[in-house]
Amino acid sequence: MFLFTEGGHSIPVVDPLGTAGVFSLMWLVIALPLAGAAVLLLGGRRTDSWGHYLGTAMPIGSFAISVYMLLDLLGRDETERSVSQHLWDWVSVGDFRVGMDLLVDPLTILFLLLITGVGSLIHVYSIGYMSHDPRRRRFFGYLNLFVAAMLMLVMSENYLGLFLGWEGVGLASYLLIGFWQHKPSAAAAAKKAFVINRVGDIGMSLAIAMFFVTFGSTSFTVISQGAGEAGDGALTAIGLLLLLGACGKSAQVPLQAWLLDAMEGPTPVSALIHAATMVTAGVYLITRSNFIFELAPHAQTAVVVVGTVTLLWGAVIGCAKDDIKKALAGSTMSQIGYMVLAAGLGVYGYAFAIFHLLTHGFFKANMFLGAGSVMHGMDDDVDMRHYGALRKAMPVTFATFAMGYLAIIGFPGFSGFWSKDHIIEAALVESPIAGVCALLGAGVTGFYMTRLMLMTFFGEKRWLKDVHPHESPSVMTVPLMVLAALSVLGGVLFIGHWIVDWLSPVVGEAPEHALPIPALALTAITVVVVAAGVAVAWLLFGRRPVPATMPIDVSPVIKAARADLYGDAINEGLVVQPGRVLTSGVVGFDHSGADGLVRGGASVVAGAGQGLRKLQNGFVRSYALSVLSGVLIVIVTLAVVNL
Amino acid sequence: MNDVTPYILLSAILFTIGTVGVLVRRNAIVVFMCVELMLNASNLALVAFAYQHGDLEGQIAAFFVMVVAAAEVVVGLAIIMTIFRTRRSASVDDASLLKY
Amino acid sequence: MSDFPWLTVMLLVPLAGAALVPVVGAALARQVGLVFSLVTLGVGVAVAAQYHASDGMQFTETYDWISAFGVHYALGVDGLGLLMVLLTAVLVPIVIAASWKDADEGEAGYGALDGNGQGGSAGFIAWTLALEALSLAVFLATDVFLFYIVFEATLIPAYFLIGGFGRAGRSAAAVKFLLFQLAGGLVLLGGVIGLYVVSAQQGAPSYLLSDLMSLDIGTTAGRVLFVTFFVAFAIKAPLFPVHTWLADTTEKATPGTSVLLVCVLDKIGTFGMLRFCLGIFPEASQWATPVVIALALVSIVYGALLAIGQDDLLRLIGLTSLSHFGFIVLGIFVFSSQGGTGAVLYMVNHGLGTAALFLLAGYAIKRRGTASIAAMGGQEKLTPVLAGLMLVAGLATLGLPGLSTFVSEFLVIISAFQYHWFVGAVAVTGIVLAAIYVLWMYQRTMTGPTPEALADPALPSSRDVSVREIAAVAPLVAALVFLGFYPTPLLDAANPYIGDLMSHVGVTDAPPDVTAPAAGHAEEAH
Repeated sequence: MFLFTEGGHSIPVVDPLGTAGVFSLMWLVIALPLAGAAVLLLGGRRTDSWGHYLGTAMPIGSFAISVYMLLDLLGRDETERSVSQHLWDWVSVGDFRVGMDLLVDPLTILFLLLITGVGSLIHVYSIGYMSHDPRRRRFFGYLNLFVAAMLMLVMSENYLGLFLGWEGVGLASYLLIGFWQHKPSAAAAAKKAFVINRVGDIGMSLAIAMFFVTFGSTSFTVISQGAGEAGDGALTAIGLLLLLGACGKSAQVPLQAWLLDAMEGPTPVSALIHAATMVTAGVYLITRSNFIFELAPHAQTAVVVVGTVTLLWGAVIGCAKDDIKKALAGSTMSQIGYMVLAAGLGVYGYAFAIFHLLTHGFFKANMFLGAGSVMHGMDDDVDMRHYGALRKAMPVTFATFAMGYLAIIGFPGFSGFWSKDHIIEAALVESPIAGVCALLGAGVTGFYMTRLMLMTFFGEKRWLKDVHPHESPSVMTVPLMVLAALSVLGGVLFIGHWIVDWLSPVVGEAPEHALPIPALALTAITVVVVAAGVAVAWLLFGRRPVPATMPIDVSPVIKAARADLYGDAINEGLVVQPGRVLTSGVVGFDHSGADGLVRGGASVVAGAGQGLRKLQNGFVRSYALSVLSGVLIVIVTLAVVNL
Repeated sequence: MNDVTPYILLSAILFTIGTVGVLVRRNAIVVFMCVELMLNASNLALVAFAYQHGDLEGQIAAFFVMVVAAAEVVVGLAIIMTIFRTRRSASVDDASLLKY
Repeated sequence: MSDFPWLTVMLLVPLAGAALVPVVGAALARQVGLVFSLVTLGVGVAVAAQYHASDGMQFTETYDWISAFGVHYALGVDGLGLLMVLLTAVLVPIVIAASWKDADEGEAGYGALDGNGQGGSAGFIAWTLALEALSLAVFLATDVFLFYIVFEATLIPAYFLIGGFGRAGRSAAAVKFLLFQLAGGLVLLGGVIGLYVVSAQQGAPSYLLSDLMSLDIGTTAGRVLFVTFFVAFAIKAPLFPVHTWLADTTEKATPGTSVLLVCVLDKIGTFGMLRFCLGIFPEASQWATPVVIALALVSIVYGALLAIGQDDLLRLIGLTSLSHFGFIVLGIFVFSSQGGTGAVLYMVNHGLGTAALFLLAGYAIKRRGTASIAAMGGQEKLTPVLAGLMLVAGLATLGLPGLSTFVSEFLVIISAFQYHWFVGAVAVTGIVLAAIYVLWMYQRTMTGPTPEALADPALPSSRDVSVREIAAVAPLVAALVFLGFYPTPLLDAANPYIGDLMSHVGVTDAPPDVTAPAAGHAEEAH
């Protein structure tokens, strides 16, 4: 069954089969890490000695089930690759019923493999990375909680369950950013991330409310089948509200400010949550809601604008950061901008958005873990100006990081080359301005990543005293090697357009569109632009020594980039300060206004009492006089009334 | 009907004298006697009206008032005596402790 | 056993406990109090087990009391009543277990911040049980006059609980509480008398709820009487602008008392709106809807902003309830199945979540000897379990999906949105503000560096929660999580009740804009 757009291409609706075979174990994919989290968090210190092994085993188990399900799906006919499982009725009131329903289809299965696969590797890595932390067990508990929530997010068959996972990953992100919560900066960053995400949740909540009002359901199946009959205004509103939610979770402009602060968390967290999986949830949301966005072209335009702005915004920030994790975070923001841009292109872009999401998951997780490995050897120093010449001290980390580097800048043949190139290509056709920006972004990516490489692994040693860089243990380097291999080879998903064909039952088949110039020429242009970026970086940071302290006297552009393009300042000025004034105003009003009325009433009564008690003067004769006057008043009144 | 106007007039005059006495005199004994005067004025009115209506209810009420007045005299005089003993004064204005 | 007077027994058990506790003296008071409250809970569970969700009012007991005025001693339980009764019966043993020796004189505890009133724990527990008995009577009464009597009578134990135990300034808070509630009660009395007049004009007067629901009250009379009932319940709930007793009371009283007040007693307000305002005055309720919804929205935003600006932990938690009661009232007055059921669930879930938050805040305050948020901080390192529980309770307060509060908040928001998109949009800002007040509070109390002076592990601040303290709040936290994923037990009780109420009011749910054709695979799947 299909919906049709005005353009004429078809949008497949969600129409899953019932469970059978391996798919009846679908729930176990979520239940395993959830059980791990429960055991580790409720078990207390008893589980300290073996907790990290249990925590690592759980996502590996989920990964195994996911692989099994993938094999089953591969053997099925294209129209039968969507399977749902009804677990129990969750909320059911009147005619409104929401089940705890799971869905596995070609889109979900890719996410399952990414989350459990990369997740498992990061769990393994964390065994080494967190080995000196007394609260390692709890760290693994939180990681498992995250994996469970992320799986819920991508496996739910309805928007409410998606929202459950959406908030669950937000909670796990909160807990993990603030993992070292004795540091005020970490605690503040955690809260900031959660609160900004909650602003995005306004969009999610209202979108779900609109689903309820418009379709009477939150199920993908029902909504996708009814979307064709809904009004344009409703669809556009839903699209924009979903975009707001996606902006919060995926750190897109204007809700981007939390991601850089989120680097306060331990590095495996940055790799798993703030690079590979959670921050890409917005892209998943838009792709999953293709049946809404395809029918709401205005919302799609907004998605393209947000993605384009963010990809440049993040890239500019990435150029100016000396903190290796923040530079990578800026890069993450930018790369997700690419994905959002692609998702905004509609049926031409969904598959490439997901493709880039997967390859980005590989190479960015690789580089974050590599950065963690560097920090591990440099006594947790994150300032790249204190690095330099680490390629000899950490050969494995260097080699694996280099693979990630080549992948992200789009070196021909590496995974990022395939995924990014197609996004630029599709953007140039569908939305030339965005396409040019994406091309420019690719050049900037080449610049900042080369800068990061040169400052960290090449040049002179700028190490601080008493720092003795050393290679990390193999429990950390093996995951790096696996991820490096994936970064190089991720492009195989594109052999014979496999990923595009694989996703077409979910996102639809793109009609042919003509490129203005030959595809090969476009690829060549992209490579040249990237090479230019790399060359500029080499001229600035490779040929001359890098100062060990940050130069102060720089252009306003660099200053702005160092200040995250004033994102925090804008929030502070537009939201936080007015909010503070409003709050203290309300507190003041409550004290002197609302409660003031009450206290005013009380003092009027008290004052009246003070005045009236003067009448009680103790002179019997004056009491007698008042009795007399009372009697006279009564008599006179009676007389008057009788008249 | 029997004309009782003179009795009522007398009753009113006595009541007024009593009232004014209560208001203007300071000596507790005099105030007390004025109160008695007011009671007796109302007794007179009761009896007069009973006579006018030709039944006994008013007269019975007058007896009740007398009994209550007698009881009141007992209590009231005792209080006045006590006040006089403790304060060496029978002025009602001196006994003004019970105030704000 | 169908004639067994279960409900009367349920009232008598805590009442007997209240009478017995002062007799057995301080040594046994806690144990006796706990046993009696648990027996009450047992009776409550027995009633729930025999309850049939679709049968409306059940376990009815009706005896003439003052036949001249049509007053009866009449009890009964329906879906709403059952949930409220169970909430009350669950919270009281938890409060007793969590407070334990707090009310004793000289106990190094919450009460030690200031001397306690007479009676110590024995007094505290006796008043608590008395309050339980009267609150249960409020939820069970099916005669308006009987309701009014017990409604006012709850103020007596509440007054002594606030005024007797807690921090300095509690007497003034108790007086403020009492005056507010008495003012509301006075207005309600006017309404109750008015009901008698209306009912007497149409034949034999009767205060029975079932008679009043079928009574034909004129439009004007209905509206006037509705206002009297609504004002009383708005003060009780509380709603803006008659909320100012709430913060003072929760700040000065012990956390245990605050639980009883905010989680049980305040529910009488919204309970009354559902049962009496909508039940007896359906027309007037709809007439008043715009104003009520405006007040509810103001309460949501205003309460949340106030909570953000507080420095006293208990005051902050108290004010969050203002925001939450705004949500409950909003759910009631949007007149839809989802809104009504959401409101009923909200009443239960708010009871569980806020009770946990109050009690845990009390634990933290006991350890640090201060309730000032600015003076706390760094507690997580000393007592990780306490911090973890506090976080769960906080997340319940901000309505995180997966915890039961989310289900109810979500139902209220979508039905508010259905009522009018603007109402939904204003209400939804409450979820952002809730995140700010909860997480900012958590950040300032639990996280950050631990003060040097508290590093000594022998200090009370370093003692993590004891077994008794965990046992008291664990049922609440477990219920929050369980009902978040599986709210069906609550829905089974609330749905038929709300369905009956909506058809009594004469409202049907608006259908969705689009009704999708059922497709092939989906049918096979189910």
